[in-house]
Parts: sequence; C-alpha cells; structure tokens
Amino acid sequence: MTATTTTPVEAPAPLRGIGRIRDEIERNKRLRIACLITLGIGALSMARVIADAPGLTAGTTFVSAIGLASPILLAGLGGLVSERSGIINIGLEGMMIMGTWFAGWAGYEYGPWWALFFGAFGGMLAGLLHAVATITFGIDQIVSGVAINLIAPGVARFLASEVFVGKADGSITQSPTMPHGIGHFTVPGLSDLFDRINKHEWFFISDVAGLLYGITTDVAYSTMLAWAMLPIFAYILWRTAFGLRLRSAGEKPSAADSLGVSVYRMRYLGVMISGALAGLGGAWLALDIRAYNQGQTAGRGFQGLAAMIFGNWRPGGLGLGAGLFAYAQAISLRTDANTAVLGLLLLAAFAFSVVALVLAIRRRIPPAIGLGVVGMASFYYYAITEQLSNQFVFITPYVVTLLVLAVASQRLRPPMAEGKPWFKGQSE
Amino acid sequence: MKLKGILLWLAAPVVAAVAAGVISSIALLLSGNSPADAYNAMWDYVSTADSVVVVINKAIPYYVAACAVAIGFKMNLFNIGVDGQYRLAALFAAAFGAAISAPAVIHVSLILLVAMLVGGGYAAIPGALRVTRGVNEVVSTIMLNFVATGITAYLLTRWRNPAVPLQAETKPLPASGRIPPLNGFLEHFGYHLPAGTLLSGFLPIAVLVGVAFYVIIYRTRFGFDLRNSGRNPDAARSSGVSPKAMILRTMILSGIVAGLAGMSPLLTEFFKYGDTFPTAIGFTGLAVALLGRNNPAGIGIAALVWAGIERAAQVLPQVGVPQEIGQIIQGTLLLSAVIAFEVVRRYRLQLLVRDAAAKTAAERTERTPMMPAVTT
Repeated sequence: MTATTTTPVEAPAPLRGIGRIRDEIERNKRLRIACLITLGIGALSMARVIADAPGLTAGTTFVSAIGLASPILLAGLGGLVSERSGIINIGLEGMMIMGTWFAGWAGYEYGPWWALFFGAFGGMLAGLLHAVATITFGIDQIVSGVAINLIAPGVARFLASEVFVGKADGSITQSPTMPHGIGHFTVPGLSDLFDRINKHEWFFISDVAGLLYGITTDVAYSTMLAWAMLPIFAYILWRTAFGLRLRSAGEKPSAADSLGVSVYRMRYLGVMISGALAGLGGAWLALDIRAYNQGQTAGRGFQGLAAMIFGNWRPGGLGLGAGLFAYAQAISLRTDANTAVLGLLLLAAFAFSVVALVLAIRRRIPPAIGLGVVGMASFYYYAITEQLSNQFVFITPYVVTLLVLAVASQRLRPPMAEGKPWFKGQSE
Repeated sequence: MKLKGILLWLAAPVVAAVAAGVISSIALLLSGNSPADAYNAMWDYVSTADSVVVVINKAIPYYVAACAVAIGFKMNLFNIGVDGQYRLAALFAAAFGAAISAPAVIHVSLILLVAMLVGGGYAAIPGALRVTRGVNEVVSTIMLNFVATGITAYLLTRWRNPAVPLQAETKPLPASGRIPPLNGFLEHFGYHLPAGTLLSGFLPIAVLVGVAFYVIIYRTRFGFDLRNSGRNPDAARSSGVSPKAMILRTMILSGIVAGLAGMSPLLTEFFKYGDTFPTAIGFTGLAVALLGRNNPAGIGIAALVWAGIERAAQVLPQVGVPQEIGQIIQGTLLLSAVIAFEVVRRYRLQLLVRDAAAKTAAERTERTPMMPAVTT
C-alpha cells in the first residue's frame, strides 16, 4: 500500500488526432450529447434522401411528435419520481386514466386550465391509493400497480355514467366537448422561415429546420408545460435538499432514516407527485381532443414507463425515450405513412449495422453477429418491399426499448431499494 | 390454535368482501341509489340457472389465464405478458385451424397444440431475456404485450377472411375444429340445462389444466424445485437447482397455459379470431390469480366470483343503477383482498415468532430452573 501511495501519478500521454477527439467526447458530456443529436439527424436525413420520404423530417411530423411526446413524458416523469423514492409504479396507466376523466369534467365545467389542475388532482388520488397500499400496508408494489390499472377504467366509467350521461355530447364513454381548448403558440417570423428552409429539402439543413419548425409552430400551452416539467424535475431531484432526501429513500432507506429523513413521508410524496404528473399527462390527452374519451390513454402510461427505463432512470434519457415513442406515433399518423415507414426501416437497418460494427470492434462477437444479421435482413426487406404496414411503426419503440434493455441491461442502474417494502426499524 | 388458524385463514377473504361491499355501498349511496336494492337484484339475477351456466362459461378463460399467471407467481415471476401470449396464440390457432382439415378430436387437439406452442414460444422471449441478459420480466412482458398487439393487427390484415371484407377476422373454424357444448353429454345422465343455454365444452379441459397445475406444482420434483426457487433462490441453488433453467422453464410453462386461455372463446363460442374476440383476458387473469392466492382451488373460486359479479351487474340498468358498479365491486374486492392477505400473512408471521420465542423461553426455564425466564 505504501509503495503505491509514494509512486507519483504518471500524467497520461497527450493524445493526437482521432484518439484525442474520442477522449474529449468521452470526457465532455455536453459534447457527447451534441454529437449524438447531430449523428441522429444526419442519419435521418440520409434515410430521407435515399428512401425519398420527405415525411420523415417534415415540419408537420415534428409538430405532432412534440405534442404527442407530452403525455408520455409526463407519465415517464411520474414513474421517475416514484421509482426514485423507492416505489415501482406500474399503475401509471390507471393514474393517467383518472387524469383524463377529471380533466374532461373540469374542462367543460371550468375551462382548460382547471382541466390541467383537476387532471393532476385525479391522478394524485390514484397515487395516494398506491401509496397507502404499498407504503402503509407494504403489499407488493407491482401487484398494487396492476390493481390500480384494473380499477381505474371501472371508476372512470362509473363516474362518467353518473356525471356525463344525459348531458349534450356526453355519454358513458365520453364527456361533453369543452367549450374552450387550450391556446396554441407560434413564434412569428421564425416559424415561416423554418418552414421555407424545410421545404427546400437540403441535406441536413432542411431536417434541422423541420425540427425547429416543430418547436416554434402551433405549440399548445399544455405541451409547453409538459416539456418544462423535465428540467424542473431534473433540478428538483438532483439539485435540491428535498430531491436528495427523496432519492436517498429510494437508494438506502435505512441510511436515510438514520440521518433523520422521514422515508414514509418522502415515499408518500414521491408516489403522489408521480400520480399528479401521470394525471397531468391524462389531462394533456383530454385537452388535445377537448373531451374525455374512454380508452384515450391507449397505453401511454406504459410507454412512459418504457421511456423512463430506456433513459436509465434519468430525465435526459427519459426525454429522448418519450421523443422516440412520439416520433414513431407521428410518423404512423401521416397520410404518406407508407413511404415514411420504409424510410424508417432503412434507418433501422443502418442503425443495426453500425451497432453491430461497434460491438464487433469491441470484441463482443455473439451480439454483433446477431445484430448484423438483423441489419442485413432489414436491408433485404427494404429492397424487396414497396409498402410497409403501420403496425411495424407502432411496435418499433417497444422493440427498441427491448433491444436497449437486452444490450445495455448491465449498465442500467435502477434505484437500489426500489420494489422492496420498507418499515421503520426493520433491517434491510 | 387449530380454530385460530381456520379463523385467520377465513379472516382475509371475509374482511375483503366486507370492505368491497362497504366501499361499493358508499359509491351507490353517493350516486343516489339504494345498496340493498342493487345487491338484491344482482343476487336474484345471478342465482338463476341460466346465469349459473353463463357465469361458468365466462369463468373458464379467466381461470386458465389465472393459472398461467399463478405458475409464474409460484417462483416470483411476474408474467404480465399472459395477455399478449393468449391473443397471439388464439390468432395462430384460429388461422391454423381454419386452414387444415382433420377428424374432429385430432383437429381440436392440433389447434390446442398450436396455441400452446405459440403461447410458450412467445413467453420464452422474456424468459430468455431474463436469463441471458438480466432483463426484468415485468418490463419485457409489458413491452411484448404491445408488440403482440402490433403483430396480431398486422397478421390479421394478411390472414383475414376475404368473404367478409368489412371485418378484420380469420376464416371460421370448420365443425370438426369446434368443441361441442356439454348439454348433450349431461342429458345422457338425465340432467337438462335450461333452454337456450350452452355449457362450454371447454370446461373439462379447464379442470384438467387446474389438476395438472396442482400435480405439477405440488406433487412433482419439478414443482418442488420451482416453488423453492421462488421462496429462496439461494437455498435452491445450493441444492443443485439451476435458477436460470428454472426461470426459463417456468416462463415457458406459464406461456403454454396462457396459450390455452383464449381457446374456450375460440373453440366454443366465436370460432374465429377478429376484432370482436374478447380482449384483456390476461389482465383479468392477473386479478383472478391474485384474488385466488395462486392456488388452483382458490383461483377457481375467484374466477367464478369475478365472472359472477360481471354477470350480476348486467341486471343493474333495469333497476336504474349504473352497470359499472360491478367494476367498482371487482376493483375494491381485489385491492382489499390483496391488502387483507398481506396483513394476515404478517400477523401470522408475528404469531409464529412469538410462539417460538415463548417455547424457547419455556424450554430454558425447564432446563435451568434457577435462571429467570426470558421475557420479550
């Protein structure tokens, strides 16, 4: 031991050329993210040009994708807050359903902003139920989540039969239409400019313009709120004392308890905030069509959960995951979906091949061969098909999440104490 | 002590039922209805002979799906993918059954075999992912449910029946591929079911599934290893059981049973897979498995209760009560049952510890009478 401490640390030899760039990228997180985004847009642009599918990066695609990402993002954030406090939340979907009902009701009674408020409130009620079951009674967190997903549609239907039936446009499956929707905002000037550049179909530049058009055009206030939540919760969870306490309850509750943190309180708050966020996601959906509609969540709570896991229980990755889901949805909603989907297949073929190559260089031969075969098969399928079904776009994000889990599951790091009931005074 | 044990065993379901009744009554009162009237109407309706047959028919797929879930639970595996597995299996079985022709018994057996293969095969994916890559099966099965939705929707466009262009559904099964109702069989014994009701011919197969579940899980070496791996993976490993192989086998077995869950509706009622085919049987199966405490007999009761509430609620609109109260009853019953089971389990554990402590204390005083008894 003493020998090693006295040995002076040798400074690493300065790197040159590609080695130096690689080193810099590995060290600098912001640079790495910028590189990834550039690469992503570049690949998308290439696929657009080769497959002749302008829909892939059309401004309108990004407009709808940025909107559609909101409920997934909110549900995923809900999952993040809950799981960081140590409670697995499979019940996001059910909490979201409660959000849609409450938002539908408040939206036509009091207006769109109250819809957001009551949507969050409805989700929070379901969150409270999950909290009581898992924290106070210590029942299995997945069981409780599954139960909430089973109960919520019934409760919403019952409430609809009591409140919406008999009103104009109202029925057991939907609320009356809200008299006012939530406002939309377009940045004057910039929006038109980006639209014009996007239409030129220049390599890379037009695609970036398409993305910027999506950010500056027709953005609902509810969408802005959803995206604002991402940095807000990243800040709360990682830069405030409350966030530290909440996360410590999810990592090592006994240690947190010994330092005076009330683990129960942190977990209750985590799960209730989680429900509120999922409910807000439900409210976004209700505001989108200005009504509550049975089944309108359509699995978005689970997508949020997937996005959160895809993002390794971190806000940035979660945002990326939500964007991926929403982008796939936006593509499949387009009228020219068939060509766009083919373009995506080409992109997937590229991605598989590149990842296979990287894995081969890193000498992880079996997964490299597996992915390589998948990549080749995708190229082949792209070459022989004229049309591709929407269903493939529908399943793409789920398959990608599965692949991420399969390839990187060893590097994922969920909160250490999540899933285990904890009681004060009990050893871990 | 014996009496106390029985009382404890009964306590959880009774408490759960009472809690569900009270909460549902509150919901009924808040909506301006009389709980007593509603419950009376439900009971009168569900206790007729017609209803009993319908309830049994409804309960069969729930029972099979719940068995599939419970097999996973027995070794702490959460197969949330039963839903995707049964839908995919039903589609393949329906398309296969309509495409081949064979003598009756063989035809049905082949369809069942295809369903089991597809269900087991699809469940092998999360099993393999868990074993080789450490992917949590809860997450992967949730993803695979959605993937199954996409695949079935796509395959339905390929395998649809051209004779009905407006419906996305497979060709109907020929008569040899259907299971006839049990009515004729029962009439042999002089037992006549009410006119207009058909008792599902899948009932014996469902019972067989339950028996097989019991025998495999509780009476074979495999089942013993499986339950041990679930309770104490480390102990199982040191007794020579490979946890990885057990996980994979359990998932596949669960998927095989899941594949059968859609067979009762397919072979006795719908005869084709399409948009009208019952959905979410897998999720109902999850609820029923939890309610039935994961054992074959308990699940049977739970499936009948669940289907019974569903049937009974159908009469409610006639007395001016929203039918959806049925779902409220089911939901509160499920949640309060799960909580009650857990509380009773923990209380029993406490009793056990206290008894053991008392016993050791007593033994000590016997051996060394000079020492004061240790009290806790």
